Amino acid sequence: MSIAEPSFAPARAERSARRGLAARLLRRPSAVAGLGLLGAILAMAALADVAYPVDPLDMVGTPFLWPGADPGFPLGTDMMGRDIAAGIFHGARVSLLIGAVATLVSLVIGVGVGAVAGFFRGRADHALMHVTELFQTIPPFLFAIVIVAILQPTMTNVVLAIGLTSWPSLARLVRAEVLRLRDGEMVQASIVLGLSDARIILTHVLPNVLAPIVVSASIMVASAILTESSLAFLGLGDPNIVSWGSMVGAGREVLRTDWYVATVPGLAIVAAVLALNLLGDGLNDALDPRQNRR
Amino acid sequence: MVAPWLNRRRLRFWAGRLAHMALVVLGIAVVNFFLLHLAPGDAAQVLAGEAGSATPEYMAALRRQFGLDQPLPVQFAQYLGNLLTFNLGFSFRHGLPVLELIGQRLPATLLLMTASIGFAVLAGSALGVVAARNAGRLADTLISTLALLFYATPVFWIGLVLVVVFSVGLDWLPVGGMTSVEAGYAGWDHVRDVARHLVLPAATLGLFYLAIYTRLMRAAMLEVTTQDFIRTAVAKGLKPRRIALRHVLRNALLPVVTMLGVQVGSILGGAVLVETIFAWPGLGRLAFEALFQRDLNLLLGILLCSSAVVVVVNLAVDLLYTVLDPRIELAR
Repeated sequence: MSIAEPSFAPARAERSARRGLAARLLRRPSAVAGLGLLGAILAMAALADVAYPVDPLDMVGTPFLWPGADPGFPLGTDMMGRDIAAGIFHGARVSLLIGAVATLVSLVIGVGVGAVAGFFRGRADHALMHVTELFQTIPPFLFAIVIVAILQPTMTNVVLAIGLTSWPSLARLVRAEVLRLRDGEMVQASIVLGLSDARIILTHVLPNVLAPIVVSASIMVASAILTESSLAFLGLGDPNIVSWGSMVGAGREVLRTDWYVATVPGLAIVAAVLALNLLGDGLNDALDPRQNRR
Repeated sequence: MVAPWLNRRRLRFWAGRLAHMALVVLGIAVVNFFLLHLAPGDAAQVLAGEAGSATPEYMAALRRQFGLDQPLPVQFAQYLGNLLTFNLGFSFRHGLPVLELIGQRLPATLLLMTASIGFAVLAGSALGVVAARNAGRLADTLISTLALLFYATPVFWIGLVLVVVFSVGLDWLPVGGMTSVEAGYAGWDHVRDVARHLVLPAATLGLFYLAIYTRLMRAAMLEVTTQDFIRTAVAKGLKPRRIALRHVLRNALLPVVTMLGVQVGSILGGAVLVETIFAWPGLGRLAFEALFQRDLNLLLGILLCSSAVVVVVNLAVDLLYTVLDPRIELAR
């Protein structure tokens, strides 16, 4: 007779708790605002090709049309006669994509490093934490600038640079959580059952660390979007695509006379980052068991 | 007899700290070396700033100096040797050794950093205290919303908006630079002039951190207030003002100080954006120039020195910690 592997992962109680998560999230006005805002930006990204089928880098109108001056260009045109609204729509796609993929990269590194360090402790932990601290010491934005400058500014390299420089705090968080679970009965029982380390980490440890990872991820996407726009503002973006940051950077040259060119795309960045931060705060409150009891 | 503050435990702490710092600097050197070799073309071209801008003789000398015909470990040893003798190479674009360039620009960045952090900590803490003491009321909602907005706003955009409003629109403050060169001020006039130039860049860089410190201070104040020693203080009959300052604030300052150490690196990054916008003659502006002149070696030198600044500030934070909370021992 073989002993069935006990199911530690989501039991019924937890499943119903998870169903309750959506409800708890929707009870918080700030989380709802964040979700709504994020939904609008996602819709803009999805509809960019339908709403503005022409390349947003094309000259389509008279230069320097102020917002509202021409109903055909609700947000106006820039110094090259490019439609700012088209840039905002297509830029939404770039920002969200880069933010999401860069976060994925740093999730893989951060969760990997944190889980291995916390689970195996000892020498592996020591070595990995030294590397983590090293990456925390090097100023992340400067580091990203150097990586992009050396590797050439393409979308892939921007994603890599952001992903490579934003994982350390996540690694620390995951490590702390894993260390806490490591001595728990669940992991000990799995070891007694003879499960492989990889299996224990993947099926028993990580699912229980999911909540803080999810919260961090939404904040990380927000800061990845900020970093991407900052790189693009400095001219370190992919020159063939429109990004909110590069639009602000281009508008900087006409700041004295036509300040709307730089300010309008900036508002889009604020909206996207604000939405993700609100969502992160909401998730944090909703996932925190101490808060639920109130 | 040794001074009481210099006991064996502390000595051991400092020895450990220094060894640790050396390890971190070594690690940064490894990363830098790796990046140098990741760049297209051979390292000599990178070191010379841009292929073709240096004479063939200098390129040959560089290749010899860095032993580029040698195996990688030897190259690394040589690179380390250069670092240990504070040789970060030469910037052809500027016609100066990299270290000298960085030395020239560092003070301006440190001034900007100190001013913006000072502004962020003071104003942020004050706002956080006000928000915590009015938790749930209008003032709290207002402050928290403002903090949320600043936290989401890109630094460079704040900079541009402040320029539009205060320099172009109202004409209150200078658009950029650090001094009014043509005026040739001296003494206190010079100080006042620099301060006027500092306001906008410091505010731009500081607003993001102001948001962080506001949220942190608010949470810390609310947290500390629930602890036992505060109840004791109230029971002793201390005045609310004294409790707020002496007991709550002092303890709430701990997370603020911790945050300071964590944030230095990010502030140095933000300085690149702010100094670029306001033509502030610091390290960040130098990094931006190096970026555009493809002076990668200068860029790497700036990365190395910025990391060193982070290490030093973190050491200072550890020290400050023991001053704020005597319970914290320096031993590990």
